[in-house]
Amino acid sequence: MIALRHVTKRFGDRVALDDISLTVEPGHTHVLLGSSGAGKSTILKIVLGLLKPDAGDVSVDTDRGEGGPMAHIGYVVQAGALYPHLTAARNVTLPARAAGWSRQRQAARLEALATLVELEPELMRRYPHQLSGGQAQRVSLMRALMLDPPVLLLDEPLGALDPITRASLQTQLVRIFGDLRKSVVVVTHDVREAFVFGSVITLMNHGRVVQQGTLADLAQRPADPFVSEFLSAQAPPRAMTRELGR
Amino acid sequence: MTRRASLGLAVLALLLAAGVTRAERPTLRVGSKSFTESYILAEIVAQIIDDTGEARAERRLGLGGTGLAWGALAGGAIDIYPEYTGTIAQAILKDPALTSVGAMRAALDGHGVIVGTPLGFDNTYALAVRRDEATRLGLRTIGDLAHHPGLRAAFDPGFLERADGWPGLSRRYGLRFADVHVMEHALTYPALAAGRVDVIDVFSTDGQLARLDLVLLADDRRFFPDYSAVLLARRALADEFPRTWAALERRLGGRLDNATMARLNALADLERRSFADVAATFLGRASAATPRSRIGELATLTLEHLVLVAISLTAAVLLGLPLGIVAARRPRLAQAELMGVGILQTIPALALLAFMIPLFGIGQVPALVALSLYALLPIVRTTHAGISSLDARLTEMTSVLGLRGWRRLAWIELPLASVTIMAGIKTSAVLTVGTATLAAFVGGGGYGTLIVTGLALNDVRTILAGAIPAAVMALVIHAAFEGLDRLVVPRALRAAPSAAR
Repeated sequence: MIALRHVTKRFGDRVALDDISLTVEPGHTHVLLGSSGAGKSTILKIVLGLLKPDAGDVSVDTDRGEGGPMAHIGYVVQAGALYPHLTAARNVTLPARAAGWSRQRQAARLEALATLVELEPELMRRYPHQLSGGQAQRVSLMRALMLDPPVLLLDEPLGALDPITRASLQTQLVRIFGDLRKSVVVVTHDVREAFVFGSVITLMNHGRVVQQGTLADLAQRPADPFVSEFLSAQAPPRAMTRELGR
Repeated sequence: MTRRASLGLAVLALLLAAGVTRAERPTLRVGSKSFTESYILAEIVAQIIDDTGEARAERRLGLGGTGLAWGALAGGAIDIYPEYTGTIAQAILKDPALTSVGAMRAALDGHGVIVGTPLGFDNTYALAVRRDEATRLGLRTIGDLAHHPGLRAAFDPGFLERADGWPGLSRRYGLRFADVHVMEHALTYPALAAGRVDVIDVFSTDGQLARLDLVLLADDRRFFPDYSAVLLARRALADEFPRTWAALERRLGGRLDNATMARLNALADLERRSFADVAATFLGRASAATPRSRIGELATLTLEHLVLVAISLTAAVLLGLPLGIVAARRPRLAQAELMGVGILQTIPALALLAFMIPLFGIGQVPALVALSLYALLPIVRTTHAGISSLDARLTEMTSVLGLRGWRRLAWIELPLASVTIMAGIKTSAVLTVGTATLAAFVGGGGYGTLIVTGLALNDVRTILAGAIPAAVMALVIHAAFEGLDRLVVPRALRAAPSAAR
């Protein structure tokens, strides 16, 4: 479980996070929704320990010991951030090699993960520049899951993908999250994606939490005019829904 | 990385082994400074040593100045070299009052150095004029010049500055000229011959004097100090090789007058005969028993040059990589560090070599230290730049994955920065091949030996004989390093270089 209590973070004069509190229960997927600059990625970096909050406290409750954030938190970013000089397999097994796993154990885990994300084993020998965007992103997810962390953080994981890949990977991710029963936080600016992934959505604006709840809560009982404004900006035009519905 | 290191070590071991497989007879190391007369005298000494058979002569010729040559002798890096009494008094003992050879012997005894019998000629400063001009104006002595203030002079920069040169001379004789030009010594002769100037400073044994029909004006007030040539040797040479020392004294002591020396200088300077050949002529042999062929000499110099480059570049990489890594880790330190390494680079290479002499003597060691320091900047800079300019998302991910210390470095940072770092090493390698030619000035050997000789002779062909192989070596080494990229740079980064950024 992840818990942030009254977290504030400043970069110079700019307040990036202003008194943020949120909790993610084990086995749940929590979506951080908002425009760019809202402070969503900063929350992930604070959870990872890459940034220290100026005030408030953070706890990531895991039963793992030391060994870098990756030992208990998996992290996936937009476009993957795979190391270009390593093959897909080497990218995925990197945290395991750092943790001193045996070759057999690494190979077994690699195979299991490839099956989970539905990548052909043959692709594991390729370098990142030889993979499609969707493949690279699934390799990146495999790397994040390599040490089987109880917590998974994803920062715009589908951001750099074309619509068709995006839609299919979306479905796949929802299935994987359901199977794995981990605490998952997904950062996105896309309302549709927020709806597909998350039971609980936190809508953010300028470093503050505007409203927390399900999409239905947000749509029917907006806490603020900004909520309606944000949702309607991304809603498909009525005429289009009608056209598509035929 | 490791494969490259072991390859480098293997090459080094081979080169060293090749260097060691000589030496049966004991050797005597003969030094000279980097001007024609010194080369010829040293070559004569070397041939006499070989003739006598007690020892084999090893030539350490072309040392870049009195400080270097004397330092080499006093420090035991050479056993013998030709010097001048005036220089011994002024530059070595720094006591201009010393005039007799006997007094110098006594003073040098404390350094374990002996002084041979004067060779017979006096290579002092002199003023020269054209013969027709001397006849027309009735010039015989330097004092006569005082009556002709309309004359134009051209002096070498050293002569113009030294207390025992123009400043003292003009005061002693009350001389004034309409024009005093500063000119490189070699260029004053053509200027005088062409009538552009009327008086130049010369050395009294210059080979050009006879050919251009010049008149030396008598120093009737005895202003110029005596520059009689003598041999300076370590006392051990006379003690351990008595027949050799006796032969040198017998065949050289008092045997070379000014005319003879000027003729030998002319053979080298004007007729382009090799020093070995000129020395053989003096010793009464038909032709030089040149111990090494041109090809053999080039092979030796190539090996010496390669050893200089290989060792100094290896040292620069071993020192530069960690420095670059530290700079990338600590941005505050980086500025100071890069500035320090940068300042090293701004020191002229020759000056850097000169600074090494008091610390490391002469020969390969000071050259290697100076070359290593000189090769440092590109390596430190590219290592620092390569690591600190890596994609921020990748470095962040590296932290998240829990990679620290050497793993972070060896698995992620160095491979990703390898293209940049290798570019720096290549730059250093090519730079070092060029800079290593300066090693000859401190007796470090290599292609520079030919360049220094060529400069002394004002002989472009000899200069090119050293410069062209050096250029070829730079190209070959660059190509070799391009090949090395295949071992060092990860395959994917070579296939898609843009992916590294």
